[in-house]
Amino acid sequence: MTHTFAALGEFGDAINFIFSSRENQRGAPVGGSHNLPLIWEHLKLCAVAMAAALVVALPLGLVLGHTGKGSFLAISTSNVGRAVPSVALIALFIAFLPGSPEFLNVTLALALLAIPPILTNTYVGVQQTDRDAVDAARGMGLSGYQIIRSIELPLALPLIFGGIKTSTVNVIATATIAPLVGVVTLGDPLVAFSVYGREGQIGASIIVAALAIAAEVGLSAVQNAVTPTGIKLERGAEGRARARFGLTKRRIQTAP
Amino acid sequence: MSLALLAQLKIQDRSSATSSCVESNGFCPQWIADNWERYKTPLIQHIELTLISVAIGFVIAFWLALLAHRRRWLIPPITQFTGILYTIPSVAAFFLLLPLTGRGSTTAVIALVAYTLLIIFRNVTTGLDGVPAEARDAGRGMGLTAHQLLWRVELPLALPEIMAGLRIAVTTTVGLTSLVFLAGAGGLGEAIFSDLQFRSNVVVAGGLCVLLAVVLDLLVLGVQTLLTPWTRAAAR
Amino acid sequence: MRTPSVILAAALAALSLGIAACGGDDEKSSESAATPAATATEAPSGQIVSNPDNAAIALKIGSKNFTEQKVLGEIYAQGLKAAGYDTSTDLNLGDQDTALAALKGGQIDAYPEYTGTALTAFFKKDAADLPKDPQAAYEQTKELFAADGITAFPPTPFTSSNEVAVTQETAEKYGLKNISDLSKVADQLTLYGSPECRKRMDCLLGLEEIYGLKFKKFVPVDVAQRHEVLSSGRADVSIVFTTDPQITRNKEVLLEDDKGMFPPYNPTLLMKTETADKAGADLATTIEEIQKPLTDDAMQELDARVDLDKKEPAEVAKEYLQETGLVK
Repeated sequence: MTHTFAALGEFGDAINFIFSSRENQRGAPVGGSHNLPLIWEHLKLCAVAMAAALVVALPLGLVLGHTGKGSFLAISTSNVGRAVPSVALIALFIAFLPGSPEFLNVTLALALLAIPPILTNTYVGVQQTDRDAVDAARGMGLSGYQIIRSIELPLALPLIFGGIKTSTVNVIATATIAPLVGVVTLGDPLVAFSVYGREGQIGASIIVAALAIAAEVGLSAVQNAVTPTGIKLERGAEGRARARFGLTKRRIQTAP
Repeated sequence: MSLALLAQLKIQDRSSATSSCVESNGFCPQWIADNWERYKTPLIQHIELTLISVAIGFVIAFWLALLAHRRRWLIPPITQFTGILYTIPSVAAFFLLLPLTGRGSTTAVIALVAYTLLIIFRNVTTGLDGVPAEARDAGRGMGLTAHQLLWRVELPLALPEIMAGLRIAVTTTVGLTSLVFLAGAGGLGEAIFSDLQFRSNVVVAGGLCVLLAVVLDLLVLGVQTLLTPWTRAAAR
Repeated sequence: MRTPSVILAAALAALSLGIAACGGDDEKSSESAATPAATATEAPSGQIVSNPDNAAIALKIGSKNFTEQKVLGEIYAQGLKAAGYDTSTDLNLGDQDTALAALKGGQIDAYPEYTGTALTAFFKKDAADLPKDPQAAYEQTKELFAADGITAFPPTPFTSSNEVAVTQETAEKYGLKNISDLSKVADQLTLYGSPECRKRMDCLLGLEEIYGLKFKKFVPVDVAQRHEVLSSGRADVSIVFTTDPQITRNKEVLLEDDKGMFPPYNPTLLMKTETADKAGADLATTIEEIQKPLTDDAMQELDARVDLDKKEPAEVAKEYLQETGLVK
């Protein structure tokens, strides 16, 4: 029983750390508003990495899915990508590009991490669009680009967003180990125990978890906003829950 | 205290830089051949943690899916809950568990298990949903009870989807286990981290990780083929 | 239709059994109440002799997170094992605060700490109060730890201090010889150090308060990268250790501590006093024997074998014990 109270006490200290700043021994003010630069750096890193990944993976996935070519590439990147440890990716860039700035190295590693889920999900989403709809559109004289834009993309949105959500959460998670190589994100309290203390470690973890959940919820809201009403109406409550986490039936397996 | 003269350590002359592969930080196959032993313990830790976590996650998620199969109203809340566990980054989870389970493999396993729940639950549920109504009707027509129907008709037909989920869970867990060194549980991540800038080390440890994922993935695929002789192995 | 279900059920059962079989965590080591009766006699060659009475004493040796610490931890563990103790290791715990917390919390039984680090980081001594003599530094450390119920064993012969290092080019470009020479150019330079450097008086904090240096930027990186960041050009200044083999190899320049910010740093093995008392007289004598050949040159050679030759700390520790004749 005392162990549980001790644990609750530690969580209490952690919440305190998030909201009030304090002087940790000599110098080094931490906690409270001093968490903001950490949060900012974390978000900056994730935003740049995700932007880079989207710019590469979305168009590629759309084109490959539309033409049906490159299915091996699109599917295998996900399988291999899932297995590559994030630490190894970051380590690879540090080891092979020691002279380049840390921020660039980590951004590249994170972008590489983020590409596979987006690429595979976009490809599969477009690939599995109802062929009748596409044929009808072609019969109506729509060009390839128009078909992608007005038919395949809207219908593939749940899957595409599923991929974007997975990538975003992965990137937020991996950005926590960036401080080991010099990019001071929210992971700093996790690795520098002596500067932030136990309450700092737990406090930062809470913020990271909250960030990930906020990103997930935020992206779901965006998905809801951009999905055409007609497609949304098809589903009920159960369908919406399933769509959010990808429990719809698909022939090809993708990550949630 | 002994007054005997102890032999001294042999000190090498290192004043001139050598051009050895290791010193110039290239990719050194000879070093790898001589030093592969140092990856044995991390690899074994990695395998153990992955298998234990996926096994526990599978048992829990499978049971949850069976529960929800007959009580459809359970699906959204379970999906939401496992979804939240899936979203919380494992690194954050290691430190959130710190006050409760401390450092070590227990914390690592709990975090890894939490991550697999959504994937497996989702696939078992989808698999069971995908069983054709005709198969169920035929089973009922033959006089099977609900329990027999589940184990003799629905689950076998759902197997490809379940196995596909297991494959994703296994490969993702192999990747995640590379982070458990932050919780003090070793693994190949520890090996990578022990010398971050030595290229041969990073390539070998990272490569072993990917190799492990491929091997486990193929193993599950093999089990799936064995258990479902009537279908071709599902496309990846 | 029956066979696949049976196999499926069997597979699940096997998995569950497997989970049950694969055990849980290691528990922390427990100590026996018995004290060994006789001390070991020494072989004339200085070799450590095993005393079977020690086998009842279990000792877990920990270490901090850089090469020298891991080598030291292995040397103590293997040396004490040769004396008959039941030793195990839990190396690479983290920075000094993490290691001390592990010692006090019982996760480990002992780890080697530097007298200078203890005085500045744990006991918050002002630079002005720091003793210059290594023996005096040890005596002070021993006293302060004793008040906490921790025994600090006699120190090793070698000393390994924090140092401020720059590349030869940087030293020539700005005419740097002492740390105070940095005051003119610090605002143009980036300093790289370990994460805990930010709050240590024998690191960034001391450089800011004692030397009044305001660097352009401080970047925390894992301590293992302290030389890489200099040679790759990312860092203008880095904090390194005296025994690092990379200093001579990369021709780095160590700036003189003209204001006396750095205390002496000799490793001393820390152990809770109650654990030390139960371990018997062999403990202190074996530790002294193990440490005798550890000169500055010897430690630098051992560090080089790990950092440059890429050998494992355990292997290097074994070589040390064998080459010095401590262990056959």
